[in-house]
This record gives sequence, structure tokens and C-alpha cells, in this order.
Amino acid sequence: MAISDLWLHPAVILLLGAVLLPLLRGRVRSVALVVIPVLAFLRVLYLDPGTHGCVQFLDWGLVFGRVDKLSQVFGYIMTLMCILGSIYSLHVKNPAEQAVAWCYVAGSLGVIYAGDYLVLFLFWELMAFSSVFLIWQRRRPQSIAAGLRYLLVHVFGGVVLLGGIMLHYKATGSLAFGQLDVVHRDLATWMILIGFILNAAVPPLHAWLPDAYSEATVTGSVFLCAFTTKTAVYALCRAFAGMEVLVVLGVVMAIYGVVYAVLENDSRKLLAYHIISQVGYMVAGVGLGTQMAINGACAHAFAHILYKGLLFMGTGSVLQMTGQSKFTELGGLYKKMPWAFVFTLIGGLSISAFPLFSGFVSKSMIVAAGFEEHRTTAAFLLMLASAGTFLHTGLKVPYFIWFGKNNCSAETWQRAEDPPWNMRLAMAITAGLCIWIGCYTPYLYKLLPYAVDYQPYTAYHVSETLQILLFTAVGFFLFLKPLQPTATISLDMDWFYRMGGRAVQWFVDKPAQAVDTWVGELYRVCGLAWLMVTARASAWFDGRVIDGVVDGFARSVRGAGDRLRHLQTRQLQFNILSAMAVLVLLLLVYLLTSM
Amino acid sequence: MKLVALIEFLQRHLKVLVRLCWLVLALLVVGDWLWVDKEPAHTEPEHWFGFWSAFGFVACVVIIFFSKWYGHRGIMKREDYYGDK
Repeated sequence: MAISDLWLHPAVILLLGAVLLPLLRGRVRSVALVVIPVLAFLRVLYLDPGTHGCVQFLDWGLVFGRVDKLSQVFGYIMTLMCILGSIYSLHVKNPAEQAVAWCYVAGSLGVIYAGDYLVLFLFWELMAFSSVFLIWQRRRPQSIAAGLRYLLVHVFGGVVLLGGIMLHYKATGSLAFGQLDVVHRDLATWMILIGFILNAAVPPLHAWLPDAYSEATVTGSVFLCAFTTKTAVYALCRAFAGMEVLVVLGVVMAIYGVVYAVLENDSRKLLAYHIISQVGYMVAGVGLGTQMAINGACAHAFAHILYKGLLFMGTGSVLQMTGQSKFTELGGLYKKMPWAFVFTLIGGLSISAFPLFSGFVSKSMIVAAGFEEHRTTAAFLLMLASAGTFLHTGLKVPYFIWFGKNNCSAETWQRAEDPPWNMRLAMAITAGLCIWIGCYTPYLYKLLPYAVDYQPYTAYHVSETLQILLFTAVGFFLFLKPLQPTATISLDMDWFYRMGGRAVQWFVDKPAQAVDTWVGELYRVCGLAWLMVTARASAWFDGRVIDGVVDGFARSVRGAGDRLRHLQTRQLQFNILSAMAVLVLLLLVYLLTSM
Repeated sequence: MKLVALIEFLQRHLKVLVRLCWLVLALLVVGDWLWVDKEPAHTEPEHWFGFWSAFGFVACVVIIFFSKWYGHRGIMKREDYYGDK
């Protein structure tokens, strides 16, 4: 194994930081919590384009550092979000939570800069196995169970991905991570695709996301909402650009998330469903595959990481301060948490693609690419989903937490206040970035993989967007009653494995246990009695026949031995005397006969 | 706090605020019809008067009622359905 050049991977900075962090205390740890992600971000900024970190391992040339425009836009936003998430988590006393979050980000960066599938798989699994701790750290029984389900689903996805990689290597002899043949698809292509879209939360492989993210810690969900799905979007951009089926799946995602968001009572689970919806736009963009669509997917991933992080920060701060995240246990909090409201509203306006906010300049690129490719139905359905996005994230979340009927218990109301300074600072910076991206388009557009020939601020686009969003608001206030949250949960695809697991448990507890008991009884009654009879017969046979033969033989051997011993042990004089007597006798016989 | 005072000021003048909102909506629809260049439109319906306004409202209504209908087909369950709350 030879390292071709010494190249500092940005992930290494975070991994070393994760090791170092638990050893630090007090103010030093707080400083490290900001400095280390900033160092990783600076490292990303100063990466030279090209191929770095090449390692020869067995027959394979592994590439840890493929730096190009596509990897750079994702590397940039991932490390930026790591800084914001770390600031948001400054108040957290348990360094393990921040350390696993950094390992998780390192996994994401490892995938983004991977030049081959083996390195990709290595970091893909690092992401899964580190991120699960962000769920378990909440330490509720539900969180432990949700984390286990999350891990099982991701292990399944990882195995399918690895199978696909192996088949791909066997077929092509190459492990290079690049564009796959999306026209002549083979089993390997489909398996790699399944591995990727499971992490992108494409239905029906999506249920792990709302299940796990709503159960994560307050800071954990801020990290979780940014990395897994967007890393999968990067992988799809790299390998599956132009794959037709992704357009359909993307549109399904966009609407599916919106439908479930109507039914949802938990604010963080609602936001999780909107991740599915928003990632749907990106997946559809990858499926369209044009330069504008890929630019749109990357731009939307960039904007999404920030505004979704901000939304999870806002609702997370409510959970942090009140202990509640359900609409039926909140309401009227504007008096107590006004800044959390303002920041969450900015996140809501950004995700809804309001003019001057980040979503406006990113989401519209994908929809415009859809119209340009004459995928009119898909484009209109994406527009419909954007109305749903504003309905829930821009209106339902702020209204039912900060206004509406006050459902707070006395304790909740007592506890409610704006969160600590570090959480407010992280939200303020993120909110500022959301507005900055929306107002100054070159900042984002210059980072995109292809040259941008798109102007979002046309009178037509602004008018179109404002009409959709403001008339959605009319619908919201007219139909406020049907939108009132209810204390329910909504069944989703996780029902199959949750109830499937219970079915297995029931099978083991009931029929399998009954058969086991019956077999045990049968053995006791029939098998054991027969065994006793045969045992007695064996004992008799052994005692009488076997022992008789053996003992008789032994007795014979002993007698013969005795006799032989007797012969051998007579006194020497007696033997000599006997021999002499025989000799004298023989001599006398000879003399008498010869005379 | 000024932010809370601002919100409460708006709440006290809710009727005026609502009328202002209706006015903005009307101006938006009329302004779109009179002054906005429809050249970037990709389909014929986009040229219709108030198309995107109607689209936004209908989309909102469809999403609310379809989701509720879907939810009441056995999807919405008690919070302790899975045995945890």
C-alpha cells in the first residue's frame, strides 16, 4: 500500500476533532467546537481541483479525494452546516453527542470526495453507524427503538449497495464512482440505485426518516436533516443523472411528504415529512438530468440544508425549552419565544420559495428545467407541492406553535422562553444566509457545477410565485378548522416492519412456543418412557452379557497368568534339584541298558 | 419586548390587516393581468386571467381535503397505536 501524495482530507479534521473533543473541558471545548468545523470548512475552500489521496489497496486503486465543482458545492455546504450545527449545540454538556455528529459529517464528506465505490461504501456506513447515536442520545425508550429501526433499514440499504457494487465490479472490472449507464440498466445499476434512494428517503423506502428524525435529540435532528438525504442526492447526481424513473419518484416524493404533513401533529415529524417532499424536487432534477436540472438539484440541496436546519433549530428550541413538540400541546408562544418564531418563519418562507428567500432561487430552477424538457405534468405537480409546502411549513408550523389556541400546560408555559444565546446565534446566522442566498443569487450560482443561465427574478416568476403562495394562505385561513391538529399518528411504510417484527414475535411466543411445549410433553410421555425401558434392557444386557463375557475372559486370563506366574516364581534350588534328578535318572537308564 | 408589542399591535388591528391583505391579493391578480409579461409562460392556461391565483387556492384545498380523506381511510391512529406514547 503506497500513498501517492500526502493530502489532508477535510473529514480527517473532523474525525481527529471527534477524538479530541471528549478530552477537553469548559471554555477550551467551546472554542474547539467552533474552531474545528471552521478548519474543516477552510480546508474545503482551499482544496485544489483534481484527484488526490490515491491509495493502492490489494488490486484496487482507491481514491479518497476527487475534487471537482460537483463535490465542492456539497463539501462547502456540508462543512458550513457543521459550523452552524456545532454553534447550535454549544450548550450541550455531553461531548459524545457533538463527537458523533462530527463523525457523521466526516462520513458525508468522505462520500462526497470519494472517487470509487469502495471508499464511498466505507464512508456510507460510517454515516449510518455514527448518526444512529444522535437518535439514541435522546435516551427515551421510543428513541432507542426508533434508532434500532433506523439502523436495521440502513444496514439493509448498505448490503444492497455493496451487492450492487460487487456486481458492477464483476461486470466492468472498475470500481470508479461515476455516471452509470442509465439507459441499459443491469441488476448492479438497480441495486446501487436502491442503496442510494433508500438514503434519499424515496417512497416506499422512506419511512425511516420521519420515524427517526422526530425521535432524535434537539441538536441531533439539526445535523440529521442536513446530511444523509443530501449526500444521497449528491451520489444520485454523480451516478444517475438523466435516469427517467427518478422524475416520477421525485414527483411522488414531493406530494407524498405534503400529504402526510397535513395529518401530522408533531412539528418535527411534520418537518421530516417535508424533507421527503423537498428532496423529491432534487431527485426529480437528477432524473431530468439536464445541466440546468442538475444545477437546480445542487442549488436546492444547498438552500435546503440551511432552511431545513433553521426549521429544525426553531422547533428544536421549542422542544428544548418547553419539552413539547406536538401542536396539541403548544400554541400562543409568541409572547414567550418571539425570536424563535421569527427565525422559524424565515425558514418557513425560505422553504416555501418566497421571493427574496433562498428557496425561490433554487427550487424554481428544477421546475423551469421540467417545463423546458416538456415534462409539463411533472412541473405542475411540483408547483402543487410547493403550495403544500407553504401551507404547512410557512403557515401551519408557525401558527399552531406561536399563535392559534393555547394548548400549553401550566408547566409548559412556565418553562417557555427564547433559547440560550448560542442557539439564537446559530438561528440568526442561518436565517441571514437564507435571506442572503435569496437576495444575492451569484453567491449560490457561482458554486454550482455548470454555468448558470437562469434569472429567477423576472416579473412573471415573482408574480406567479406570490399568487400561488398568497392564495394558499387564503385557503389556509378559510379552512383552518379541518387543519386543526389532532392527537393522532399516521401509519406509514414503517408499519410493515414494525408490525412484521411483532408478527415474528407473536409467532415465536404463540405457535412456535406451543409446538415446542407439545414436543416437550410428547417426549416426556412417550420418548422418556421408551428411553427408560431401553435403558433398563441395556443395563441388563450390559450387566449380564457384556460383563459376563468380559469378566469370564478376565478370570481366564487371571488364572493363566497365575499359573504362569507360579511356574516362573518357584525356588531356583528346587528347579536345579529337579533337573539334576532327571539327569541322574537318565544317566542310570543309559548305564543299565548299555551293560 | 418590541417584537411582542408589534405582534400585539397587529392583532389589535386585525380587521384592518385582513382588509389590507385582501387589497394586496386583488392588486396582485389585477397587476399580473395588466402589467406582467406572459412570454416566459410554458403552457396556454398560464395566460388565463388569475391562473396562478386559482392554482394556488385549488392546490391548497385539494391538498387539505385529499390528505384528510386519505387520513380517515385508516391511516390516522391513536398515539399509543404502537404501544408507546
